[in-house]
Amino acid sequence: MRLPRWVFVPAAVGAAFVLLPLVAIVARVDWASFGDLITSESSRAAFVLSLQTSAASTVLCVLAGVPMAAVLARTEFRGQGVVRSLVLLPLVLPPVVGGLALLYTFGRRGLLGESLDALGVQVAFSTVAVVMAQTFVALPFLVISIEGALRTAGERYEVVAASLGARPTTVFRRITLPLVLPGLLSGAVLAFARALGEFGATITFAGSLQGVTRTLPLEIYLQRETDPDAAVALALVLVVVAVLVIGLARQSRSAL
Amino acid sequence: MSLELDVRVPERDVEAALTVADGETLAVLGPNGAGKSTLLAVMAGLVRPRHGRVVLDGRELTVAGVGRSVHVPPHDRRTALLGQEPLLFPHLSALDNVAFGARSAGAARRESRERAQGWLDRLGVGELSGRRPGQLSGGQSQRVAVARALAADPRVLLLDEPMAALDVDVAPAMRQLLRGVLADRTVVLVTHDVLDALLLADRVVVLEAGRVVEEGPATEVLSRPRSPFAARLAGLNLVEGTWTGEEVRSDWGSAVRGLASGPVPQPGDRVVATFRPHAVAVYRAPVTGSPRNSFAVTVTGLEPLGDLVRVRAVAGGQGGQGLAADVTVQSVAALELAAGQQVTFSVKATEVAVYPL
Repeated sequence: MRLPRWVFVPAAVGAAFVLLPLVAIVARVDWASFGDLITSESSRAAFVLSLQTSAASTVLCVLAGVPMAAVLARTEFRGQGVVRSLVLLPLVLPPVVGGLALLYTFGRRGLLGESLDALGVQVAFSTVAVVMAQTFVALPFLVISIEGALRTAGERYEVVAASLGARPTTVFRRITLPLVLPGLLSGAVLAFARALGEFGATITFAGSLQGVTRTLPLEIYLQRETDPDAAVALALVLVVVAVLVIGLARQSRSAL
Repeated sequence: MSLELDVRVPERDVEAALTVADGETLAVLGPNGAGKSTLLAVMAGLVRPRHGRVVLDGRELTVAGVGRSVHVPPHDRRTALLGQEPLLFPHLSALDNVAFGARSAGAARRESRERAQGWLDRLGVGELSGRRPGQLSGGQSQRVAVARALAADPRVLLLDEPMAALDVDVAPAMRQLLRGVLADRTVVLVTHDVLDALLLADRVVVLEAGRVVEEGPATEVLSRPRSPFAARLAGLNLVEGTWTGEEVRSDWGSAVRGLASGPVPQPGDRVVATFRPHAVAVYRAPVTGSPRNSFAVTVTGLEPLGDLVRVRAVAGGQGGQGLAADVTVQSVAALELAAGQQVTFSVKATEVAVYPL
């Protein structure tokens, strides 16, 4: 199909709108002290914490998201459409609202928090809270990705496997999972990226405590006031990680 | 007695009963949408009938609508299913595809693979064991799929048009191969290919609109068909009607004379008259002469058929009886045959077989 020429104009404007700010960040970097800025104690702590919590939340997303996607894609029940919409709600919910919701669930005076408190468990404003906030916002990415892969793969192979005598668990492990592996990988990469960039829910539910809950986005936000050069340097680190993640996601998709 | 099925699936308008003896291959024939695949799905446990039973070797696999309910899940029925498409697991090698059944049953990897290699060898694709499904041709994939189904050691093998998606030049070899491996197995084969029925099946069942309309040994059904579908498969013209003692009074008004055979019909009995398209001559003008049957027909189409032309026509007006005649290309030219033309089909009474329905 040949596109009308005028389409290229708004397309180019849109692309420039996305790319120019990245150029601006790179241009603003103070390269002379770049190394020092990103290796300062607070930067390193934030970076390590971000990687650890994002990795942990990605694992949680996979553990919960794969079964959720399987139930959504392979079963039928009343109200399934509503359940799907609610599960995907964090995609469109402002993260700060998600953080508040988590706080009123797991916070000291929250729905479950009081019982947890009685057991001596306090999750709010801890590293666990960071992981929970990240999982909350990243989970839908994984569910969507795997549900799509499951629907594309269809049930035909699973039916064949069952007729060959494989129990449901064997079918799930040896047929279903390998078939959706590319979708699982790209979903996990997306979830990881979303967790890495999480800000609103984290600061609301987990606060900003260096080495405990202050992840890279929080550190950048904080440094912006006191040391803009450090903020820019760290921002560039996040940009690089994001680019790497997109590259990975593309690769795992083309591996299909 | 090996497999017994007697079920009703109202959602798909299927109501049928059939049995398959131990070691027998039963072909289920019928037009598209007749419910053939539904029957296989019921046997495999993929579709639950509203009413009825499926029993395999005395074990109830499915019971529904009789005050109690049994449903053995698909993986526990020992009914391996193979369809038109091989559906080899794309992430496993040919060998591991074939070993899948044994592995799922708990056999060790090495033993499963050895047995799988044996099956691949038997199906003539032993040297392809290391390949991924993406690297196999359609015919090779289907052979691997047959090996995989057989390696699962099913009590009943359910084949749903296993050769329909194959190229015409590989189908004969596949059919020959199946003939060998299906010989003493219990098999239900859904097909609409007459060669499959003749070469692979001991017995056939003809299904139309979800009902069994005909049943018997393959050669018997195809040489003396009683249903329009079986007649079409066998390449015969079939006229249904009432026996008057001398001729068949067809439902669309014409009389057909022929030779009654088999159990002699009594006047008033429902009978069918069959004759080969080859025995039909085509004339422009009405024909008279006592030993001949002649029908005024309207030509509906011409198709090439080897060195002949099959003339399709309909007798008894719109929506009437479809008839076919095979004539030479020269006759078509001489008669200037074309769709819409009124002609006379004529067939000698000695060429018409009449037998009870």
